[in-house]
Parts: sequence; C-alpha cells; structure tokens
Amino acid sequence: MKAFTTLYEKLDMTTSTNAKVLAMVNYFATVPPQDAAWALYFLTGRRLKRLISSRMLREWALEMTGMPKWLYEDAYEAVGDTAETIALLLDGGRTTDEAETILLSEWMMQRILPLQNMTEREQYDAVTRWWKMLDMREMFTLNKLLTGALRVGVSQNLVVRAIAEIAEQPTAVIAHRLMGNWEPTEAFFIQLISPEAEVSDISRPYPFFLASPLEQPLETLGNPADWLVEWKWDGIRSQLIRRGQETHLWSRGEDLVTDRFPEISDHAALLPDGTVLDGEILAFQNEKPLPFAVLQRRIGRKKLTKSILEEAPVAFLAYDLLEFNHEDWREKPLEQRRRQMEQLVHQLGGPFRVSPAVQVQSWEQATVLREESRERNVEGFMLKRLDSTYQAGRKRGTWWKWKIDPYTVDAVLIYAQAGSGRRANLFTDYTFAVIHEGQLVPIAKAYSGLSDKEIQRLDNWIRRHTLDKYGPVRVVEPCHVFELAFEGIAQSSRHKAGLALRFPRILRWREDKTKDEADTLENLHQLLNNHIAIREGA
Amino acid sequence: MTPLIIQDEKGLYCPAGDFYVDPWRPVERAVITHAHGDHAYSGHQAYFCTRLSSPIIQQRLGKLERLKALEYGEPIEFGPVRVSLHPAGHILGSAQVRIESKDGVWVVSGDYKRTFDPSCNPFEVVPCDTLITETTFGLPIYKWQPGEKVAQDILAWWETNRLAGKACVLFCYALGKAQRILAELAKLTDRPVYLHGAIASLIPPYEAAGIRMLPTIPVSEMDKNHSYAGELILAPPSAFKSPWLRRFDPYETGFASGWMRVRGAKRRRGYDRGFVLSDHADWSELLQTIEETGAHRVYATHGNSDTLVRYLNERGLEASALKTQYEGEQEE
Ligand SMILES: [Zn+2]
Ligand SMILES: [Zn+2]
Repeated sequence: MKAFTTLYEKLDMTTSTNAKVLAMVNYFATVPPQDAAWALYFLTGRRLKRLISSRMLREWALEMTGMPKWLYEDAYEAVGDTAETIALLLDGGRTTDEAETILLSEWMMQRILPLQNMTEREQYDAVTRWWKMLDMREMFTLNKLLTGALRVGVSQNLVVRAIAEIAEQPTAVIAHRLMGNWEPTEAFFIQLISPEAEVSDISRPYPFFLASPLEQPLETLGNPADWLVEWKWDGIRSQLIRRGQETHLWSRGEDLVTDRFPEISDHAALLPDGTVLDGEILAFQNEKPLPFAVLQRRIGRKKLTKSILEEAPVAFLAYDLLEFNHEDWREKPLEQRRRQMEQLVHQLGGPFRVSPAVQVQSWEQATVLREESRERNVEGFMLKRLDSTYQAGRKRGTWWKWKIDPYTVDAVLIYAQAGSGRRANLFTDYTFAVIHEGQLVPIAKAYSGLSDKEIQRLDNWIRRHTLDKYGPVRVVEPCHVFELAFEGIAQSSRHKAGLALRFPRILRWREDKTKDEADTLENLHQLLNNHIAIREGA
Repeated sequence: MTPLIIQDEKGLYCPAGDFYVDPWRPVERAVITHAHGDHAYSGHQAYFCTRLSSPIIQQRLGKLERLKALEYGEPIEFGPVRVSLHPAGHILGSAQVRIESKDGVWVVSGDYKRTFDPSCNPFEVVPCDTLITETTFGLPIYKWQPGEKVAQDILAWWETNRLAGKACVLFCYALGKAQRILAELAKLTDRPVYLHGAIASLIPPYEAAGIRMLPTIPVSEMDKNHSYAGELILAPPSAFKSPWLRRFDPYETGFASGWMRVRGAKRRRGYDRGFVLSDHADWSELLQTIEETGAHRVYATHGNSDTLVRYLNERGLEASALKTQYEGEQEE
C-alpha cells in the first residue's frame, strides 16, 4: 500500500508526462506482479463497486473519535473530500506498524473485498482497526479504495507506454492486451508483459483508433480526393466482434454492451465468423439519426422493455473493418478495408448501415456542406486518409475530426460579481482569463453552466478568497479553471485580448486542472486565424 | 469590569494604557508583536518591540526615530498598566504582549507556534485571565510534523533532483520560514543554498542574532550563465511563475507552507512539491496553549476563528471572534 500510495501521489503532483511514465515504470519494476496487476486495474480507470459509502465512513470516523459532527463539517468544508478529511483528522493516531509490509494485493483480496460479506458492525471493526495501522497518506488511499472513488491522473496512453517499456514490447501490443475484460491477477500481469503472444481471447476488441481535432487549415490536407469524408455521428462508438459463433459489442469506454442492443447483436450472427467491425450505434429512424438524448433513454434503463426498444430504435453505422476471415486487417489501407466492409454490410441488412462517404469535390464544398451538420444531428465531419492504416489510440496525421462548435477553451476565473433575481445573494457572474506571457488576460464573461451545488461551493470559496474589491466586483485568487464553450471567435480592438468570443458559457469546472494548465491567448489567436482562413477559403 | 483591550477601526486598543497592539492604521503608540507586514505597519508615532525585532522592523519600514526596544520579560509602564513582551516562537524577535492592570492579566499572543524552531526563541506560556489568540490554522485537520522531519523531506527532494541534474526552487515566506529552513538544514548538510534577493536581505539580522544557518549565496551575485544543476534555491512565493526562474532551468518547484497540508490547496497552486511547514500553531497547539495559560476568556483572531470559538464555547469557556486585518499565512 505504501508503494502504491507513493505512486499515486507522484502521478497526482506532476504534470510532466515523462515523469508520470517514469514513476509507473519504477513502480511496476519493483512490486510483485500481483500488486502490479491491481495497480494497473486502478490506473486504467477500472473501479470496484462502492463497498462503503462516504456517509458511512464519516459516521464511523465520528463514532471512533467522538468528534462533534459540526466540527467534522467545518473541516470537510476546508478539504472538500471525505476520504481526505478523515485521513487528516485521524492522522497521528497510528498505534501499530504491522501494516508496513502488507501488499496492495493482500489489502484487496484478504481485507477490502471480503468487506462485502460482512455485517455493518464487522465492517466498522475492520475499517477502524485499519485506520489505526496506517499513516495519513495510506489512510487516504484506503478510504478512496473503500468508497470506490480512486481516480488517478494518468491517461491510458501513458500507462500503456510504461508497461511497454517494462515488457520491452511495442505499445500497440500492450494496448491490445489491455483491452476488454481482465482480472487483476498475478497470472494476468505476467502474461501482459511476456514476450510471447498470449492465447487469444475471442471477445477481445482492438484498441480504437481515435481521430484528432482538426486545428490547421483544410488546405494543408492536400487533395480532397485522397480523403474519405464522413459525417461525425453523435452516438456510441463501438466495435462489433463476431468470433467463435459469438457476438461481442464493445463501447469505446471498454464496456461490453452486447445486451443493451439485442437487435444489433442478434442480427450480427449473420456475419461470417472472424469479423470485426468498427462503427457507431445511433438512435435511428427513417434512415435518419435521432438526437443523442433518445439513445440515452436506452442506456439508462436496467431492463429493456418492448416499448423502450420501439421508442428508441437503433442502427449500427459501420465505418471500418478491422478483422476479416480471422485475419487482422488493420495494416491494410482504409480504401481496401472499406470496400470489403461495404460488401459485408450491404449483404447483412437489418439494423446495419454503411456510414456513407460524403462526396466532395473541393474543401470549399466541404465547408459549405458542413453547415448542415446541426440539421442532420451530426457533429461535423470525419476526415480519413484513404491510404491510412488503422492505428491504436489517438495518433495525429491521418484521421481528423472536424467538429462544428462548440469551440472550447480552458480559462481561469479572475473576477466574480453577484447575480440578480434568484441568485442575487450568490456570486454567479464570472469573468475568465487566459494566460499571456505569464499574465492573465480577461477574455470572456459567463453566467451559466454550473449546477446549483457548484455555484454554492464556488460562492463560498469566492467569499474566502477575495483579493480585492472594486465596487460590486470581487477580484479572486486566480486558481480555478473552467472549460468554456463558445460559438465563434472574432477580432476585437475593444478588448484587451484583441478578440471576443461569441456566446461563451461554462461547460464544466476543471478541478483537475491548475491555473498553468489553462489555455494561452496564443491558442485563441491561432484559432482565430484558422477561423478566418477557413472562412476565407469558403 | 472594563476590558483591558478593545478593538476599534485602527486595531487592538488598550484604553487604560492608551496604546495599540499591531495597529493597521497610524496611531500614537504601537506595540508591535513581530516584523511581518500584516502586524508591523509604518506611520505610527512611537514603536515598542523586542530588541531582536527592532532591526528587522526598521529594515522593512525604514529608520524609526521613536522606537523603544525591549528585552523579553522587561516591563514597561503605560500609565496604570504594566506591559512586557514574551517569546512567541513564531519568527526571530516575535513576541506575545502581556498586559497587567489591577483588574487582571491579558495576553495578546500575536502569531505563535509551539513546534520547535531553531531560528527563534521558543514560545513561553504566559498565565493570564484573558487570551487573544491567533487561529490561522484553527481546524483539526491541521497537525504539524516536527521541522526536522520536514527538513529531511526537503533534503531528500534536493538529493533526488541533484542526481537528475535539476535545480530545486523552494518557495517560502521570506521572513522567518526561509531562515528556519536554513537553520533546520544546517543540522543535516553543509551545502550552500542560493537565495532570491528578498530573502538574502533578511539573513543578516538572523546572523547577528547568532542563528546557525547553511551558508548562502545571493543569486544576484552570480553570473547570468551560472549553472544551478543540483542546487537548492530559496525564493519568495511572489517569484513563482516569474521570468526570474528561467535561469534555473531545468528545475522543480516546491512550496513550504501550512496550507500544503490539504491536497486541493497543493494542486491549486501548481507547485511540483508541497512541504507542510508552518510558523503558526496547529489545532492541538491552540488548545494546549489556551489550557496552559489558564485563561477563562478567549478572543480569536485570524482565519478560522469561528470553529475554535464554537469548540471552546461547547467546552464551557467564554470565547468569541475578533475581526482583525491580520492575514496569517494568507500572503504566502
Ligand atoms: Zn506573522
Ligand atoms: Zn499574522
């Protein structure tokens, strides 16, 4: 637990990707494989079902210490996290160092997982006993594991890089081995880093190839005839696997969704064995996609009733073929993969469709067509080079997503002002800034987008972190980052930043980001220039 | 009974003796607990402080014509009240103010801590009827490690970066924290440390007081192209993210402050490393001090005073909060 806690802290504290990879390499190289497997389980974003609720944990801490509830609440207010508040409050109460040598895997298998079969009293006895065995940092990790809320600040790509380095294998191999279902066992980890190809698991998907957002002018892409242009669907990216007379449907989040879409999975039985399709699941009617919200109705349900199936009919829009006749086709050019895919899907029928190629003669024409995106319930265009291979993960160069708005920017909250009406007592009008030569330059005001709870919390924070007051305006400590969405960007000599955003609004509070991770003014100016370039091109 | 200390718009005022303690607006007579900016303001007509504080206060505010420097414990009469200054363990020369009249004894703690600090006189318990205490870290989540332990962590960080050929830029408050770190590190190593100008100028008063610290070199004395690989540099938080840092590249940043105790605060500020080191009392030190002074009435200033006040009230003590302009470690 100690080694894992140290790894967690290192990943949490640094923003350097090299430092993150190095920390993981060091960790994986020094712990036993059964511990590495569990660490990997958490690093790849897998989570245990919540074993103990935060509320329960708090009750137990209060019972154990006899601390008044209001005092706990005051402390929580300053920390904002139950697991951490408890660890800080109980710090210094360690009575034994017997936990020093207990491995992460032993914690998981012999202590934490068995809590599921205990009565509440037994759970209380166990957890409060553990608290007395751990120092503050490990207590924090334990609490996070118990509440199923351990989030590690590291991307799948970096984890793959670290494992690939240990295993001395290409990242693509490791990425593939990490796909799908696996259990955090010693055997799994040994297999993962072994030089030999493992016994194949028939349900295992290929790593998805992810397109990068198009930031450069279209003209730089060259001749449109070298590109496949498709609509960018707003559905669930999925991989359909037909092997060993079984069908498996994976979502991009690596969830098995076979049972969520029976009409697709059932019909897929008509595919030849050894076929893997990449495509998009959409709510679909009269040969047109329905808004994503319709699909969501389907995802949210525990049980799929007949009426739900009728209300939210679905289709699988195929756009790629990754495996055919049990052969990995990912290295073949897209043009060839697509031709074979079209043939398969046309024969297949049912809820299966080919994601159509949009015919464009010029980028100008594409730019005009793209304006139809909103009406078509799509998010813009996908641009894929016809000679591209199917790569793993997000790789720039051959696949681009050319999304319609919103544009987004990560900006720092610098001023706040009280709102009006219902929110007259709350600070709800915010001014945001981006970084320019080490300084913060205001770029937008935004009023909406946060939940009531977030507004409350932010209001509270603003009151305690006001640096200065100018009339009704509070200057706050610049540290909170928000993702703003906006519809357009234009030059403006009236603004200090030299540009103005159209319809800015708050998308979300980026609590995972610090001030220095906010966007720079240069980023926005570049966007502005591209915007102009694209418009002038049209 | 009339209170010995009241608060008005200028600060904490003693009507019987006609003087203020750490006033934030100009007054006639000001007793200054210590040289930090939120306690020692300029513009008063007469200053009273400890002998050890006096050079630092004058270095910051300029030469003060009417300043009386007192030894710890040396009494001075203000009309019917007798005043003396006692070590607060906060920074060099920091003091608590003891005020005695025929009605009893009041103590204004100023900023203080109980954790050991080799760079200043240790806190002295001054028995009193009424205590005005700081509460910068008045929440039970705040619990300090000994400074020696933190110094070991700093040294380990320095070692790691030294092996990687990187510099360590450690940000800390220029007065008190920097010297404390240098004094703690002097017990563990003898390597020289580089200093930002704001800190370098505050080394001489500590040297004059005989505090043993690591040898230091002002960065300003070095060549523009000097290599800082493997070196430790101390700088005030205001230098964070400034172009001044470029010369140290490649480097890691650290911050030594009590606020580093909470992850969110650590992450928000964006330093590579946080070291939990404070010159203020933590929760248990606050409670310990209140108990040991025997005070039956407590006023709380700075920061989280409401929590401490409620806690004391529930334990049957008369306690309330004073709204002052003191900032505690806020400015860090
Ligand atoms: Zn102070
Ligand atoms: Zn203070």
